[in-house]
Amino acid sequence: MLTVLLILIPFIAGLIAFGLKGSGPKVLAMVASLATLATAVGAWCSFRTAPQSLSFVANWIPQLGSQFKVGLDGMGMMLCLLTAIAFLLVYITIWNRDTERSSSFYGLMLLSQAGLTGVFTAYDALLFYIFWELALIPVYFLCSMWGGEKRIAVTFKFFVYTFLGSLLMLVGIIYLYAQSPDHSFSWESFTALHLSADQQNWLFWLFFVAFAIKMPIFPFHTWQPDTYEQSPTPVTMILSGVMVKMGLFGIIRWLVPVLPEGARMWSDVAIVLSIIGIVYASCIAMVQSDFKRLIAYSSIAHIGLMCAAIFSRTEQGMQGVLLQMFNHGINIIGMWIIVEIIQNRLKVKNLDELGGIAQKAPRMATFLVIISLANIGLPLTNGFVGEFLMFSGLFQYNHWFMAIAGLGIILAAVYTLNMIQKVIFGNGNALTETTTDLQPGETLALSLVVAIILVLGVYPKPILDLVSSTTELVLKF
Amino acid sequence: MNALISTALSGVVLMFVGLFVRNKQHIKFFAIAAVIICLIADLALLPTVQLGGYILYGMIEVSKFSVIFNAVALGATLLYFLLSGSEFEKVGEHVADYFALIFFILSGIILASSFSNLLMLFLAIEIMSIPQYILAGADKKSLKGNEASLKYLLTGSFTTGVLLMGIALIYGAAGTFDINALGLGTAEINPLSLCGIILVAFALSFKVSAAPFHFWTPDVYDGSPTVFTSFMATVVKAGGFVAFVRLFHTAFEGGAISQHWMLILSIITALTLVIGNFTAVFQQSVKRMLAYSSIAQAGFMLFAVIANNQMAAQGIILYAAAYSVATIGVFAVLMRMKKDYTFEGFNGLARKEPLMALTVTVCLLSLAGIPVTAGFFAKYFVLAAAIQQGHLLWLVILAVLCAAISVYYYFRVIIAMYFKQGEPEVEPVSGGFKAALILTIILVLALGICPSLLIGCL
Repeated sequence: MLTVLLILIPFIAGLIAFGLKGSGPKVLAMVASLATLATAVGAWCSFRTAPQSLSFVANWIPQLGSQFKVGLDGMGMMLCLLTAIAFLLVYITIWNRDTERSSSFYGLMLLSQAGLTGVFTAYDALLFYIFWELALIPVYFLCSMWGGEKRIAVTFKFFVYTFLGSLLMLVGIIYLYAQSPDHSFSWESFTALHLSADQQNWLFWLFFVAFAIKMPIFPFHTWQPDTYEQSPTPVTMILSGVMVKMGLFGIIRWLVPVLPEGARMWSDVAIVLSIIGIVYASCIAMVQSDFKRLIAYSSIAHIGLMCAAIFSRTEQGMQGVLLQMFNHGINIIGMWIIVEIIQNRLKVKNLDELGGIAQKAPRMATFLVIISLANIGLPLTNGFVGEFLMFSGLFQYNHWFMAIAGLGIILAAVYTLNMIQKVIFGNGNALTETTTDLQPGETLALSLVVAIILVLGVYPKPILDLVSSTTELVLKF
Repeated sequence: MNALISTALSGVVLMFVGLFVRNKQHIKFFAIAAVIICLIADLALLPTVQLGGYILYGMIEVSKFSVIFNAVALGATLLYFLLSGSEFEKVGEHVADYFALIFFILSGIILASSFSNLLMLFLAIEIMSIPQYILAGADKKSLKGNEASLKYLLTGSFTTGVLLMGIALIYGAAGTFDINALGLGTAEINPLSLCGIILVAFALSFKVSAAPFHFWTPDVYDGSPTVFTSFMATVVKAGGFVAFVRLFHTAFEGGAISQHWMLILSIITALTLVIGNFTAVFQQSVKRMLAYSSIAQAGFMLFAVIANNQMAAQGIILYAAAYSVATIGVFAVLMRMKKDYTFEGFNGLARKEPLMALTVTVCLLSLAGIPVTAGFFAKYFVLAAAIQQGHLLWLVILAVLCAAISVYYYFRVIIAMYFKQGEPEVEPVSGGFKAALILTIILVLALGICPSLLIGCL
């Protein structure tokens, strides 16, 4: 029942938020996200003692054999926690901001939170698909209504891309359903299917394209930098912190277990595409002068590494990916919080116009440095453990692949240090002289981020334990 | 059978109502009452047909499928009256006659869902078509309307000839008009029957505006008074499809011959999807866009004809309901737009009329097939039926690509309403109209979250 609550709380709060006025939606969103986080923590406790209690099945469309079937495994639990934390961080960060048409804004945010949680908990393919779309549509409206100048064209491109991918996945789901002997969409019957190598060969692409667009990996990434740049920063936090994990999650939960042969057949191709993405995105990130685009491209590189590590199909690789899904979410949200703060104060996001912020806002500068270093995987930060495990997994799969992907670390250090230098060091200008340091809400949000970074950097065991069952399960297929 | 008698009677009664009721606005209430009575009469048959249908004089088959479909058609008409009934009086003087003609069309549709004889099919198609020719030209002062009516009449009559020729050839091959006894699918392929099937398929494709027989659609839809376009593009089209599905699933099922007509229909479907969607992208008027989108939607509904299984039967009913409700909803708002039917005319509607904008958004999302709206499951059922049928995966993937294109033109309206600035000119609307809009939204979402509400009855 806790699992259903995780979806229901933001969903119902979202619907109510549309009808509220003034600061009502803001308060409701905060309360709902706290309640969701509490429920998620409660679910985590039950997960340790009685994981079966987290499953819930109800009849939905009996004519189709589709059920409302939700449950949590280690990966789902970890991602639900990440979602709950991410939304809470967003609400804390923007607590003092005045959002135009706030009822719609918070309503849509809460609905997308419900959709995301649904994706991570669904054990019925049709339900999974519906939640997948439910997470997407509010984001489309959020970006189009509160985004930058070119928002309409850009978010439209984003929508068409992801919608096309989803539809291809839907065809795959229907095909698998038609093959299933008991005519059901449940994860169990999908994974028990005996599909020929030929079938898996092409079904792989129907699913992979949908997930690849969402992550995104090269060459399906073109919507991403534009969308991250044009979206309002709170939405970008969700997009890059949580939503891209839907793609990785889809591969681990649905693609690999359902089409293991297909995944094996195409793993080299998938890894090569990911590695091209890593190098290519890192190179572009080095020459970016736009703060938001720089982080967007760095995200493509990080996600590419995770995708490559999944297809290495090694224990370390898989553990690394699952851990890094959480870490990357936290780190990149931290980065976006800083971008949001700078943009909110100075109204610029061009790196050349910034500088010298360290003198005026030392606390913000400290946070930025820690988060950036976690982002490039410095030891003692959470990024290090995940990246190390992933590279080690990739190394076992193929030395050369690992060697080329490893270039990403060096390039990441180049563009990140360059960014730090341009933003906080050097001489300030008339504009940056006006910067003020963090407000209490912002300090709280960033402190939470940095606390997670440091704790997991030294002691990643809680998350590793949580996801180890998923790793074992996936490697069996 | 109840529905057939009650709709025909309602038509006659409404003509008399026109003689005695002076206030034009009151006529609408008579029509609404009549359609509710027809709906109840139809649903009253449900317990009788629960265990199986029966055939009347070898002509009409009353089955669960037909009863449910009739209920969908009558329900959609009720919604249409609630949303657009007051627009009838803007078209011309003879309001009661227009309502009467709508009821006659409904009789045709009900016949189309329950014929068991080719002659009845012919009658059904004609009863559906002739009142439409009149309604298309109802606005006598409009040159465009006159042109639309004439164009529709000429091309429609020509198609009638083709349909008759096809029926004659099939009769020549099988020696009977009874669709359950034709047995064309079981015997060896007879060139005569194959030609007959092809001609019938072409004629019905024309009626449902499938490419390449769609050329009349945009002009007729654009030229006709919008209130009638709304009905033609939805309930009537669904009626055409139900005839299509019944005929091909019952009479021409199985054997080598079905391979032939499936191939022909697959090509027609592919053409319809591609032409409908690509042309809709380039339209400047929302009304014309909807005309082309109705062609595109016809492409999806054709899947239910090609795939011959239980899922296809459920699919066509769900599609008919989802598509009719959504399109009627969009048209109802369109008619309040003071003649500015361009995309720019919708700019900023969300600020001025949030409920209208929300209705259009929900309906368009449904037409695009986005989950949680009825359109998603409608598309789902017809595509799943095709995948179950096998050998049609290429067509399904083509349909999916076209669905992604359709997002472009449907979202243009949503973008205009929500994200662009403008001062749209909207006629003032009544509380009743708003209630009907809310009902539309609820229907679209209810069928989108729980399609078993409808298909569970089958």
